[in-house]
Amino acid sequence: MDTSEAFPQNVLPPDETKRLMDNAPSKITPAPTLKAIDDVDAGLTAAGYIPNRQIATAVYLAHHLQKPILVEGPAGVGKTELAKSVAAWMNLPLIRMQCYEGLDESKSLYEWKYGKQLLYTQILKDKIGSVISESDNLARALDKLHAFGDIFFSRNFLEPRPLLRALEQPSGAVLLIDEIDKSDQEFEAFLLEILSDYQVSVPEIGSIQAAVAPVVLLTSNSTRDLGDALKRRCLHLHIGFPDEKLEARIISSRVPGIDERLLRQLVTFVQQLRTLDLKKLPSVSETIDWAKVMVLLHTSVLDVTVVRDTLNVLLKFEADIEAAGKQLAAMTHKAQQAAGIA
Amino acid sequence: MKFTTSDNTIPATASEPLRRFLQVARGAGLRVSAAEGIDAARAVDVVGYTERAVLKQALGLVLAKTPDEKALYDETFDLFFKHEALAGDGPFGEAAPGADEDGAQPQGGESALALLLLSDNRGELATAVESAGRESGVQNIRFFTQKNLYTRRILTRMGLRELEDEMEKLRESGTPEGMDNAALLQDRLDTLRASVRDLVERNLLLYARGDTEAFREQLLKNARLTNIDRRDLERMRVLVREMTKKLATRYAKTRRRRLRGQLDVRRTLRKNMGWGGVPFITVWKQKRIEKPRVMVLCDVSGSVAAMAQFLLMFLYALNEVMADLRAFAYSGSLIEVSEILEKEPVEQAIVSIMQRIGYGSSNYGNSLVDFEEGWMPFVTNKTTVIILGDARGNNNDPRTDILARISQRAKRLIWLNPEYPALWGTGDSDMPRYAPYCNLVTECSTLRHLDRVISDILESTR
Ligand SMILES: Nc1ncnc2c1ncn2[C@@H]1O[C@H](COP(=O)(O)OP(=O)(O)OP(=O)(O)O)[C@@H](O)[C@H]1O
Ligand SMILES: [Mg+2]
Repeated sequence: MDTSEAFPQNVLPPDETKRLMDNAPSKITPAPTLKAIDDVDAGLTAAGYIPNRQIATAVYLAHHLQKPILVEGPAGVGKTELAKSVAAWMNLPLIRMQCYEGLDESKSLYEWKYGKQLLYTQILKDKIGSVISESDNLARALDKLHAFGDIFFSRNFLEPRPLLRALEQPSGAVLLIDEIDKSDQEFEAFLLEILSDYQVSVPEIGSIQAAVAPVVLLTSNSTRDLGDALKRRCLHLHIGFPDEKLEARIISSRVPGIDERLLRQLVTFVQQLRTLDLKKLPSVSETIDWAKVMVLLHTSVLDVTVVRDTLNVLLKFEADIEAAGKQLAAMTHKAQQAAGIA
Repeated sequence: MKFTTSDNTIPATASEPLRRFLQVARGAGLRVSAAEGIDAARAVDVVGYTERAVLKQALGLVLAKTPDEKALYDETFDLFFKHEALAGDGPFGEAAPGADEDGAQPQGGESALALLLLSDNRGELATAVESAGRESGVQNIRFFTQKNLYTRRILTRMGLRELEDEMEKLRESGTPEGMDNAALLQDRLDTLRASVRDLVERNLLLYARGDTEAFREQLLKNARLTNIDRRDLERMRVLVREMTKKLATRYAKTRRRRLRGQLDVRRTLRKNMGWGGVPFITVWKQKRIEKPRVMVLCDVSGSVAAMAQFLLMFLYALNEVMADLRAFAYSGSLIEVSEILEKEPVEQAIVSIMQRIGYGSSNYGNSLVDFEEGWMPFVTNKTTVIILGDARGNNNDPRTDILARISQRAKRLIWLNPEYPALWGTGDSDMPRYAPYCNLVTECSTLRHLDRVISDILESTR
């Protein structure tokens, strides 16, 4: 291991500091001001997303520092939902880009409208005779042809993809770059450029700068390690499984009208399940599904039979169902106790 | 707590406490780049210092980029600010007065330190210790051997010399009162010395941990696996995991989702049509790897028992990152362990494998027969076969013929031997007999070896 890399210089040279400060994207107008972390909390809650303090702080800070948030955490803890809710609350359009292996610049940034360009070529070919004949000398003719060429690579023929769309929203946008870990490393590097100053350059046209810096959220399920450069560029928010109280609040917002005692039981049970050594722990989305199933079944008391019959909603692996099997009785009993039933 | 803004070269960015915290964070092993340092300062500008919890979260978002780093960060933050909170502001001299007030102080108590000790005001004493510590630069401590040096420095700064002179005078006075006072002061001084040592120790842990941790890791990576101490097991596990994770990142393309162990909904429904689709019988997806790109045969016999668990650890981690790997363990005979590695957590997997087949006396010939009978058809010209073992077959027939056949079918055959090359061929080692059939025979006895060899292999199987 190269220790010099792991332990960089302690002191920042002042001019380095200044350079970095000057490069901060300050020319861009920020979206509506967030006054306090509490506002964020309230706003997201109103949009149906129950944040913990860390999440609210992250959104607040991202806004003020104009930095993207990289959200990591297990599947189903509400990473994608967070972006949606931020958009809903700030009343900004949500532009989502799902990443996959092979995603590249042309699919994410812009494409030329080949069909239209082709059509245009046809017209140009038809008209070329008359264009040239109208000019009395070669230089003038060439000028005219150039003028046509410039139109050829102009905005008219540009098809914006999510990244460009996000930059072009007049009042800003929430840009969700979902599952960045699925994309290739080259794409990550490309993204880095855009995220550093919210500006892209289209060789034929010039650079396009965001009018309003978008709020950017990237999500990752950590199927691969992201590059250090990208991580450095982002605020890093890890969303883990919620604690009992928070989970109960999430469920009651997602399954409105659920009986308070049933809710208590479900949450207590799932929380216990998460302490087992399972291959895949049930996530918030599973708890929500389970709660919905219970409401449909008109369950009011969680007993071993109901739990066993529906356990596959929570656990997706054979080995996990087996492993949890021996503990069901004890865990259901505890759940009942927590709700004051047993 | 007071936060003073520092000199004017760095504009309002890194205030002194933040600068010190960043230094501590680096020492603890967090990587804080220049840009992150600036972001940290901007974050502090936004959220302010007043709410400790908010400050902690905000800095955490900027500085810690993995769950491991988060844990490290939380711990460091708490430690640092607990430390800071103790530290008072005024220099030691200003802390002394309080003592005069009750006027009942007996004779002696001339020096500031004596007064402070006699006042028995713990808060003030702690404050004085902290600020003397800071003034003596205790945060620069890096080595264990510097503990006495710093303890002495701090005590001196607090006025040890004057105190000792005074105690000497008291004793010389010969009065019972003077003797008593000297004894009392000596008592309190001993306590003070203990708390100064404590402070020094805390600083050592806080500021030198990164250095020593990194140092220790270097040590472990280069240590022969047979020499590794039990107490370093956990650290080794982390190192192995880190190493394979790095390999996985670099060779990300070799990774594909695995289907084994998931419910096959369609086939389950079909099987249960007779019961109206109620799933009595569940069908699980079983995707056997018919064309493994890498097959690893790992020796777990008595002669390599000391290192077998590291090899298995590595194998386990490798299995997590490579989709098309099949793993085998052998001593007297050979079994496939892919399933165990797949299904059980690492400690458990190692125990199960060792219980089933470990510690026996090696029989390479037998093990090769087992492999040929069970799995030879899966070896194709796309497969790299890796054998990990010392090739000590207890004088049984080595069955080089089988190895020859494997070699013929496989793309490559690689032998990794944990012994010093000088020992190959001595005693019952059949290494020289096997070697002609291998594309590569190489020593592999440290984590660093393993890392290099495996990444070479991954490189060539890409
Ligand atoms: N804090 C929360 N408040 C409200 N709903 C939540 C919260 N957390 C999770 N949910 C709900 O959980 C479900 C799963 O969330 P989401 O799809 O955002 O998860 P994810 O982390 O993006 O998962 P994946 O990694 O699988 O994409 C959604 O239905 C969402 O509404
Ligand atoms: Mg998602």
